[in-house]
Amino acid sequence: MLNKFEDLNDIQLDVLKEIGNIGSGNAANALSSMIGKSIEIEMPSVKILGFQEAIEQNGSPEDVVGAVLIRLKGNIEGMVLLIIEEDFAELVLETFFGADPLNGKLLEFDEGRKSALAEVGNIMGSSYVNAISDLSQLKIDIELPSYTADMLGAIMSVPVIEFGEVGDKLLCIDKKMRINGVSVKSNMLLIPTVESLTTLFGKLGVQ
Amino acid sequence: MINVGISDWKLGQGEDIIVTYALGSCIGICMYDKNKPVGGLSHIMLPDSTSNADKTSLNRMKFADTAVPDMHAALLKKGASASTMVAKIAGGALMFATNSERFNIGERNVAAVKAALAKIHVPIIANDTGANYGRTVFFYPGTGKVEVKSTVMGCKLI
Repeated sequence: MLNKFEDLNDIQLDVLKEIGNIGSGNAANALSSMIGKSIEIEMPSVKILGFQEAIEQNGSPEDVVGAVLIRLKGNIEGMVLLIIEEDFAELVLETFFGADPLNGKLLEFDEGRKSALAEVGNIMGSSYVNAISDLSQLKIDIELPSYTADMLGAIMSVPVIEFGEVGDKLLCIDKKMRINGVSVKSNMLLIPTVESLTTLFGKLGVQ
Repeated sequence: MINVGISDWKLGQGEDIIVTYALGSCIGICMYDKNKPVGGLSHIMLPDSTSNADKTSLNRMKFADTAVPDMHAALLKKGASASTMVAKIAGGALMFATNSERFNIGERNVAAVKAALAKIHVPIIANDTGANYGRTVFFYPGTGKVEVKSTVMGCKLI
């Protein structure tokens, strides 16, 4: 029984990295067929981060980013958080809105662009989670995605706070993407609870 | 510039500027003596320390019910008077629209901060809380001036 993320051993961390790899591969494929662009992913990293580090990993607290939050329910609980920077938004929205896909700054997106990004997050998040579900035979439900654009620190405070009641660390499995050969800064994070990891490792027979 | 992180508080005086960046559902509590140039800024994350699962290591700066009285006591030690102490608070947003009430920690944080300040008889003379956007707080303990910066409202004095 795992009590803290710091207690994870090397084998367990490797398993999580592989799960992140499979999950994000699936998410990248889904995004690729949605927007008709080639997508490569880098090997994901698994990090156990203090709250301040979790923010600093992704930029400065006041950087403006878009974000799609999807909560996970069922056997695995936690969240998938897609951090969207303008370069990613532009490449993705081009598909739906053609020329001038951004039509302004992240903060000024119209409802159409916001819902398109929420849907992208939804499709990527559900593909990610389906891969984990297939692999482990665990039932994982996802809630409706929610999109916002704001300061990075305020967005990252959401997982930080929800996990703050049980500990001082977050486990982030993250990955970076290249779209049509261009490296984008956006990031997809899987943030599970400690209890969920116990369930997952139990099911996979990992000790 | 004195930087206050998440679950942290710091005191300042005179010409100091104390800042905490990008509060989401967290709350920034600026507390100062109206008659003396001394004050503190606390960045709390959660309402209630009794919810802390890990009893062995309680970070008192993380919770409204512990951080507020602790910073108050530290200010009294610095020469502030209990009778002229006041507070201004900001933060407590709901960053993502959600259909689940239990996740509105921002609202619970606001209520807990108000209760903790009432308990030690410190009146709240200004507040900018709730809504759905992040806030950065600049606090000038020498004058009690508080500047709240957000992507939605720009800079405003409270």
